[in-house]
Amino acid sequence: MRPFDYTRPENLEVASQALTDGATPIAGGTNLIDLMKLQIMTPEHVVDLTRLPGLSDIDGTPDGGMRIGALVSNSVLAGDPTVRRAYPVLARALLAGASGQIRNKATTGGNLLQRTRCPYFYDTAMPCNKREPNSGCSAQGGIARMCAILGTSPECIAAHPSDMAVAMRALDAQVEIRQTSGETRTLPVGDLYLLPGDNPAKEYALEAGEVITAVILPAPVSGARQTYRKVRDRASYAFALVSVAAVVKMDGDTIESAQLAFGGIGAKPWRDTEVEDVLAGEAPSDELFAKAADVLLRDAWTEESNAFKAPLAKRTLISALRDATGLSGETHFDMGDAA
Amino acid sequence: MDVTLSVNGETHKLDIEPRVTLLDALRDRLGLTGSKKGCDHGQCGACTVLVNGRRVNSCLSLAVMHEDDEITTIEGIGMPDDLARLQQDFVECDGYQCGYCTPGQIVSATAAIEEAKLGWPSYVSPSLADMGELTDEEIAERMSGNLCRCSAYPGIRQAIARAAEAEDKA
Amino acid sequence: MTRTFRMNEVQPRLLDETGQGIIGAPLVRPEGHLKVSGQATYAAEAKVENLAHGVLVRATITKGRVLRVDEAGVRDMPGVLAVHMTDERMIRNPAQGMMGESPVRDGKYIEYLGQPIGVVVADTFEQARDAAQRLKLEYSEEEAEVDPDNASETEWTDKEDYGDIDMAMDKAAHSVDEEYITAAHVAGAMEPHAAIAVWEGDKVTLHGSCQLVQFNVKELADALNIEEENVRILSPYIGGGFGSKLGISNEAVAAAIAAKDLGRPVRVVMSRQQVFDAVLRRTETTQRIRLAAEADGTLLGIEHRDRVSNLPNEGFSEPTNQATHFLYGGANRRYRQETARIHRNPSGSVRAPGEAVGMVALETAMDELAEASGVDPVELRLRNIPETHPETGLPYSARMLAECLKDGASSFGWDQRQSPRARREGDWFTGMGVASAARMNMLLPSEARVILTPTGAIVETDMTDIGTGTYAILGQIAGEMLGLPRELVEVRLGDSSFPKAAGSGGSFGAASSGSSVFLACKAIRDQIADKMGCGGDDLTLSNGLARCGNVEKKLEDLIDSDIVEVAQIKPGDTRKEAFSSGFGAHFAEVAVHAWTGEVRVKRMAGTFAAGRILNERTARSQCWGGMIWGIGTALTEAAEHDPRRGHIITRDFANYHMPAHLDVPQLDVKFLEERDDYANPIQAKGIGELGISGAGAAVTNAIYNACGVRIRKFPAHPDVVLEGLMAFD
Repeated sequence: MRPFDYTRPENLEVASQALTDGATPIAGGTNLIDLMKLQIMTPEHVVDLTRLPGLSDIDGTPDGGMRIGALVSNSVLAGDPTVRRAYPVLARALLAGASGQIRNKATTGGNLLQRTRCPYFYDTAMPCNKREPNSGCSAQGGIARMCAILGTSPECIAAHPSDMAVAMRALDAQVEIRQTSGETRTLPVGDLYLLPGDNPAKEYALEAGEVITAVILPAPVSGARQTYRKVRDRASYAFALVSVAAVVKMDGDTIESAQLAFGGIGAKPWRDTEVEDVLAGEAPSDELFAKAADVLLRDAWTEESNAFKAPLAKRTLISALRDATGLSGETHFDMGDAA
Repeated sequence: MDVTLSVNGETHKLDIEPRVTLLDALRDRLGLTGSKKGCDHGQCGACTVLVNGRRVNSCLSLAVMHEDDEITTIEGIGMPDDLARLQQDFVECDGYQCGYCTPGQIVSATAAIEEAKLGWPSYVSPSLADMGELTDEEIAERMSGNLCRCSAYPGIRQAIARAAEAEDKA
Repeated sequence: MTRTFRMNEVQPRLLDETGQGIIGAPLVRPEGHLKVSGQATYAAEAKVENLAHGVLVRATITKGRVLRVDEAGVRDMPGVLAVHMTDERMIRNPAQGMMGESPVRDGKYIEYLGQPIGVVVADTFEQARDAAQRLKLEYSEEEAEVDPDNASETEWTDKEDYGDIDMAMDKAAHSVDEEYITAAHVAGAMEPHAAIAVWEGDKVTLHGSCQLVQFNVKELADALNIEEENVRILSPYIGGGFGSKLGISNEAVAAAIAAKDLGRPVRVVMSRQQVFDAVLRRTETTQRIRLAAEADGTLLGIEHRDRVSNLPNEGFSEPTNQATHFLYGGANRRYRQETARIHRNPSGSVRAPGEAVGMVALETAMDELAEASGVDPVELRLRNIPETHPETGLPYSARMLAECLKDGASSFGWDQRQSPRARREGDWFTGMGVASAARMNMLLPSEARVILTPTGAIVETDMTDIGTGTYAILGQIAGEMLGLPRELVEVRLGDSSFPKAAGSGGSFGAASSGSSVFLACKAIRDQIADKMGCGGDDLTLSNGLARCGNVEKKLEDLIDSDIVEVAQIKPGDTRKEAFSSGFGAHFAEVAVHAWTGEVRVKRMAGTFAAGRILNERTARSQCWGGMIWGIGTALTEAAEHDPRRGHIITRDFANYHMPAHLDVPQLDVKFLEERDDYANPIQAKGIGELGISGAGAAVTNAIYNACGVRIRKFPAHPDVVLEGLMAFD
């Protein structure tokens, strides 16, 4: 870790100014400090946002949704009674991520902005376009087990590691951003992330000085079955090989609507509404789910070492939908309750 | 820079660089070596301490960010001549072998028992509304952020179950 | 004066006659209160004044020379005290176990990516780490082979043949001929390698994390070009070893070099990533097993070939077929090993070298033979237990393999096992698997001093406790022999100024060092008997009282000055009379997800017979640990090497998945009563590695029974299982 200046501004305006001037924000620090120790991130000025007022609340919104302050910790959010009742897929996704210790520190805003866990991004002896533009992508032709198969580019195949953001994508969450002007803008969570394209080092649609202040969830889908299914290399405390966030509304024996998002396979938390269109209005069956999965994976691009992710994603989606629609005979879902 | 840390009820004034982690401040500056460094990246849990009652990885935290926080380390949970109930249960259940991950396991479990009391569910809880019994599987999921390579896991969880049950009865 | 005893003949079972009644008892560890409060001090925590901090520098090429070190920019950084690069004393990699001399040294030559090639020292850890990371090196790089499958330089062992396996395969009613691949593993002790070096004149004291202290003294002295007498190692607590701390390691040598040069104590602790980079891994293996059997499953022969890898000039090859030699019968046998010389990071001993991965292959092959022959897997194993060692003809010293299999099967409910894919609840298949456990037993020279004082006893030996329970069991042996409650026995370990012990490794530590303590205590008993005026056989000692016939005296009245005895055990003729090994049986029940290939271990049980159990509680913990390592081998652990650079890419605990709590259910461990009279005078055998031997195969055999997918590539990550499941679609 290199030396840096540390400041702890008392309001957003000062924080925003520092960020405009090139400072790096810290909140939970669970990813930033990790990266700074390896000199993958070498900020000269770190701005501590943790004492900023007004960013640690969870409130209802006028339209029946929820506003989650950017500094709300992952464990407080997962334990929040309304989240557990109305947005269980989010609670489950949070609880599927990291460990109890990390969830206590990790914040809502920080979780969204965490960086890839591609092992080559972490290994400074190896080229990585995300870490060092134009040096090359070592994951290609390397050990790409933890890398993405959707949304990648020849420059970068890194996966976004968040579980929380996957659930938020399925829930149509919006990110609230304070601009340098002091005005607020919102962005669908999916649009926060940039695909790697030619410039994998540019990861977010944020301008210098902008601060994520909250995540806003729309009113919950009443009576939807929600599940977060995560497949990984050990039972707990591991990043996803594949994860599926599903919010499925049934109408009798047919699927009324399905909102699906995916982790572990996308260059960003992945959602593809064409997959959902395959399911809407249809009776659940393994064949239907397989068809939806084939749509999801139509543009998948795999390496030898992560080719398994296509069939694994397909079958994990089938399994999640079997659970959510009752086909598996198991009730591995939580009922989302609007009340 | 100057920072004041409150550790186990004692106040310490330190002059340290901002890049000093809470773990290194505890171990190298305050001589509180009960908190262990196993990975230095939040991947093993050996450095777990309580900050305002909540468990965190002290290796992934800057000491300067903890001004005004109440920090509890294993030394504040119980020392050899005055062990906490949970520590005694670890001894009884052989919930350790080499002992290196042990302080982290115990501090983590201390908080995990409190989290369960608050009704916080886990990923394996059958229902998010009511986590139900603190089963072996529940304890296992809640403690999965604490690795033990000696693999004393069965004993560790027996100790936690005993301590949690004793607290329940108290 | 040291009394030396050679194990030339079977000894009376004195520990069954003594009166204290604590041998074998599940006593809690005497150091427990220190460990649970964080007050046991590990190497990096020794209280040393004026400490400087060193951080190792990592080579970023696979092979070649350091041409230039750009020290200038780093030397001027605040707090930086020294930059030691390309010192010819820097070792290439940690020493192999019991090497007793320096590993390969050449400060400038790099043979694997991640090789520690220097150390930067500063006033604080933060300064040193920053400087070490910023140091710029120029290399002249050479081509390096890193793929064990396509190595041009390989070494073959001579073919070891008994009978004619080819003929046996030809006439077999049932046969198996399969290849098994196991991933490379790391020891992953929770305490990273750490050392503090303190010099006084020509003498260095190393606070280290060392399993084999007497060997480590020699290795460090040799690396530093100094006399052994000038090295003292202190290793009272070790945060896990599992083989990774058998030999002196880079951080210790670097700390000693830097501290001498600086005239100030220096601490060097490897980062977790550096431990992955440089510490000896367990090799990946490709094993081919052929089994030939008669119609009833009786083995006609076994062939076990394997390929492993290591660096050039590294004198270790995983003894993969170690258990295959003696576990099952069959007159026709063949072994051959190929070692690929490549530039991956070096390999060495990791918990149960040989059995840990060799038995996974063998016990999977046996499961395949059970399937092929239609014989129940437990029954198949029972049928193939040989009368005598199938290659040497020696009898077994004590072997309760059959009893373990039968007892385990009965208590596990093996009779409820169904055919593959028959048990399915929702989308989860459930099944059971079995595997034998075997780990050959060793006795090594070991010495201890026991001091009986009027108020208690002190045991001193440079033996170590790496979590294995040495403090507990040596206190119990001394207490049992001297008639003292364990609380009155103080055990002092891990100081090279104490008598030289076998050390912790190869499961030989407890029985070897325990025997030395036993012998010293026996000599003390003789002295007490003299004072009592009776023969040693007539003496009873318990709770501080000595009794001979009707005479009873308090020890404290009997002893006017300390009685000191030093004794050494050495192996002898009994090892030529009988073959000694621990045995056991593993049973596992797993659930396999029909769609995703996820595996969950639902139940697991091990029944073991390992001679006299010295402390049932710590022995159980050893078996828990071994079985859980088996779960890791079966399901989660893989050190993946970059195919171009050869270094481990899964080089932290987020990417190398050792089992976490949730991977592990509560485990049942049971010991059968046994004494191994040929092993040593305390009739105990090693147990630290028995629990892992075979364990992984019980899990993967259960996967087969659950879902019909045969695991031949380990670990059985979801994708491995999935590939098999998709064949059923």
